[in-house]
Amino acid sequence: MNKIFETPIYGYERSPDQDAPTPVRHQVAVIGAGPVGLAAAIDLAQQGVEVLVLDDNDKVSFGSRAICFAKRPLEILDRLGCGQPMVDKGVVWNLGKVFFDDRKVFEFDLLPEKGHQRPAFINLQQYYFEEYLVERVRELQSEGAKIEIRGRNKVEAIGTHDDHVKLEVETPEGSYTVEADWLIACDGAGSPTRRMMGLDFVGRVFEDNFLIADVVMEADFPTERWFWFDPPFNKGQSALLHKQPDGVWRIDLQLGWDIDKEREKRPENVIPRLKQMLGDDVEFELEWVSIYTFQCRRMEKFRHGRVIFAGDAAHQVSPFGARGANSGLQDTDNLCWKLKMVIDGRAPESLLDSYDAERIHGADENILNSSRSTDFITPKSEMSRLLRDAVLDLSEHYAFARPLVNSGRLSVPCTYDGSPLNSADAMGGPERTRPGSPCPDAPLGDAFLLPKLAGRFTLLTIDAEAPEVIEEDGIRVERLALSVKDDPTLELKRRYLGDCDSAVYLIRPDQHVAARRPSYDENQFRHAIRRATGKEMN
Amino acid sequence: MADLILTPNIDTPDDFYAELLATHEGLEKPESDALNARLVLVLANHIGDRDVLSQALKAAALKEETVK
Repeated sequence: MNKIFETPIYGYERSPDQDAPTPVRHQVAVIGAGPVGLAAAIDLAQQGVEVLVLDDNDKVSFGSRAICFAKRPLEILDRLGCGQPMVDKGVVWNLGKVFFDDRKVFEFDLLPEKGHQRPAFINLQQYYFEEYLVERVRELQSEGAKIEIRGRNKVEAIGTHDDHVKLEVETPEGSYTVEADWLIACDGAGSPTRRMMGLDFVGRVFEDNFLIADVVMEADFPTERWFWFDPPFNKGQSALLHKQPDGVWRIDLQLGWDIDKEREKRPENVIPRLKQMLGDDVEFELEWVSIYTFQCRRMEKFRHGRVIFAGDAAHQVSPFGARGANSGLQDTDNLCWKLKMVIDGRAPESLLDSYDAERIHGADENILNSSRSTDFITPKSEMSRLLRDAVLDLSEHYAFARPLVNSGRLSVPCTYDGSPLNSADAMGGPERTRPGSPCPDAPLGDAFLLPKLAGRFTLLTIDAEAPEVIEEDGIRVERLALSVKDDPTLELKRRYLGDCDSAVYLIRPDQHVAARRPSYDENQFRHAIRRATGKEMN
Repeated sequence: MADLILTPNIDTPDDFYAELLATHEGLEKPESDALNARLVLVLANHIGDRDVLSQALKAAALKEETVK
């Protein structure tokens, strides 16, 4: 077994809070030290907010779990100061192969667009992901940031008030009470916070079970994603093989609905299945096995007063498409700058309602995509299966059928069309950079665009004049002046100008476009800044 | 003679496929089969061109690879 996920990395230590005569008040408490909770805490701490992370455990993720991290979350992690170790360790892949029955029907290349600092995807075990986040927390602590992780601190009760929350926390040395101005619940799909607050989690359960196994082997399989529909070694079902770092392979096997989960998980039942798949002569060792059922559901609202839900606690998707952890990181990316402004009194509390509007939009898009993938992979009627098999048969012969094959539509960030924070598009430039869009990266000689937009409101001018700084009601916006000449490959022009000769973009701290015009107009941009900070909601 | 299109030609293919499944939703198998038969005839009429229809029949039978 891998040592990383068996060793405590934020072990229990007694906190002075446990001996305080009255409950100590923190600025922000985060429940859950998974990828989403840690990202939220790092984001807030980097902005000078005091944050306390409570986790009922003291170790990183048990088993690989989320393994596929998309470009957008990697860009977010760059802003959080820990993108590089993830990319250095992760496995980059571009080629996918699709098999039907006993034959390969086609292969595809993700053909990542050029001119981005980060790859389209990396595969990395969740335990490494969490380990690097914890290392980043330690680094921030050594720099004096007010961020703390308390292991084996299990929240047993939550009291919600107009201006704070009160938490009853159970530890190995008994319980204590602690308070926070704000609470971010990142405690996963089974969220105890959600349950304690009596909130619904409505959606669809797919009547199927999947066995996931991490297998260590010195095998000759290439770094590709292989997906089987109805393979000889798992008749009537599906299978997935995907490479992770350290010679670990992720294998997913669909099992069907009427199974005995405990029985199927036992090595004596798992190993013969894997031998059938990998061949008898392949030596492998089983690192981790789990069985899960797909669910696609979300909370009706993510914000409940001073308690805000993020990640799987707020919304759950089936795993095909890697839309779980990836979307959770986009939640915190969306939330943390808003919360910081509200805490500082620079934006009204209602700005946080735009987190609901924008991330519910994102969750619904993810649920739609992952439900469709699940319907394709596990057809729920005879006709659905016939159509699916017809698509696969045709895909072997004709290119037209290949876009219909759905073994997961891989996570891409959503555009917040219709967000109350957007100003109307006054430019008519490229679709992909319309207001609400996440900024696409672009090369700038030896550097890239996105790191220059890190974490604050930016006025991006491309061959346009504008003031170096705008201050509007406590919001400071700094200019980043570029020219199409800064990028000889012309990607900056293609992505941000299109047919226009110049452009001015107002870009939010989470690198989404708030407004754009062909040239600077003081009144219009001041209005756009107010709008993007929740001060003009109509 | 017009060629049968066998390269991707449907806008937002996932939306189309979801709508196709939704049209079959809740139908018994014989009803679904009948729906597919009607769909073939409706689409054939829309295409109209006899040559193209002949190519389509061959393509669906997976007997001849006309265009890759």
